[in-house]
Amino acid sequence: MNNTISYERYHRQMILKNFGEAGQQKLLKAKVLVIGAGGLGCPALQYLAAAGIGTIGIVDDDVVSLSNLHRQILYSVNDIGFPKAERAAGKLGQLNPEITIITYPERLTNQNALSIMDAYDIIIDGTDNFSTRYMINDACILLNKPLVYGAVSQYEGQVAIFNYKKNPAEEAVNYRDLFPNPPKEGEVLNCAEAGVLGVLPGIIGTMQANETIKLITGIGKPLINRMLTFNTLNNRAYEIELFASPETRLLIPENKEVFKETDYDWLCSSIAEQYEIDCNSFDDLLATSNIDVIDVREMDEMPAIEEFSFYQVPLKKLQENVSRIQSDTVVIICQSGVRSLQAAKQLTAIFGTSKKIFSLKGGIIQWKQQHAKQML
Amino acid sequence: MLHLYRYPKLKMQINIIIFGQLCDLLGENLVLENIADTDSLTAILNEKYPGLADSKYMMAVDKKLVTGNTLLNNKSTVALMPAFSGG
Repeated sequence: MNNTISYERYHRQMILKNFGEAGQQKLLKAKVLVIGAGGLGCPALQYLAAAGIGTIGIVDDDVVSLSNLHRQILYSVNDIGFPKAERAAGKLGQLNPEITIITYPERLTNQNALSIMDAYDIIIDGTDNFSTRYMINDACILLNKPLVYGAVSQYEGQVAIFNYKKNPAEEAVNYRDLFPNPPKEGEVLNCAEAGVLGVLPGIIGTMQANETIKLITGIGKPLINRMLTFNTLNNRAYEIELFASPETRLLIPENKEVFKETDYDWLCSSIAEQYEIDCNSFDDLLATSNIDVIDVREMDEMPAIEEFSFYQVPLKKLQENVSRIQSDTVVIICQSGVRSLQAAKQLTAIFGTSKKIFSLKGGIIQWKQQHAKQML
Repeated sequence: MLHLYRYPKLKMQINIIIFGQLCDLLGENLVLENIADTDSLTAILNEKYPGLADSKYMMAVDKKLVTGNTLLNNKSTVALMPAFSGG
């Protein structure tokens, strides 16, 4: 790392009141880890690299795909199929070769999380699933690191700073104070199911970078123990005050050894195991012909299904259409298997054990892919 | 303000604002009357909107996160905020 500041590069922010050379030095000395180089991670990384954060770590095990490009603005069509962490690091190196960028092209797990995160001052959560979010939250508490949280859904996003303490005795809010336990898979829709406006993670990820810069330089009023919700449709910004609850402390693994034995995927998935069937089991059930197949996607969602007969009842209208279900075995399908899980849960609440209710794992997309492979 | 004394049991109004995908279930805003506390509010909403009980959300009263049962006042604003996972 270069220890001298490029006055020309950072001139416009160094002339700011309260920022100055001292602020720039603090950024240069700072080490920030961005977990997830996706919709939130891309803009956060760009602004942090541009601002001159001395060391930036990038964790992401995914590769770039075409459906990422409407919101993951570090990538172009030439990057499709290549690892995000490495491609992001390449772009950021061109933007600012004076900083150090370290890549971790691997999935963050309960085994590697503590050792990767320990080398950084501030952690930015740009992940897209609850099991990793809870794991990062718990790891930040065990390592005593501030967490800059951001999350999006459809047209709305949330930003907050968790676990920030001026001194170790202070009480700080963590994510479990808001939502003590992870939702089960299917209780909350992800971006692939619910959709997301591309510009939304751009705004929220940029706000995460802004909060990080404020924390490091000590300027302004960062969102410590507060959460901001922003709605892109009506521009409503709603800020609430958060409070630490002594009960939530009991939910955090008590030490690093217990953390490494905590199965975060399982915490989020036990409802799935109850209902999910794979493509082969679904085909076996189709062959018996004594089943009702219900597609809970909206009417115009693609791909269309021509291979077998089914009812189409969008998830929101399921409750009012239950009388159409006649067979004792019901398989619910949707795009990727998230909404169908919700539907399976709703139907079980209505029918109890009088019907066997299943959700097609991976949705119609995976089923079509598997059948396309079998045709080759 | 005189009627306040004539009618001591004045209607209490609670404003509810809804975030994220809970809007699909409840709409963006609700105004309810005469609800004493957040537990009563939850019970009334769960009865009126099947499916809500299965949703994961937090509640803020007058812009402060609440966890236990919390008393509501006239013109209190209650925010129902679901967990978001997307990134």
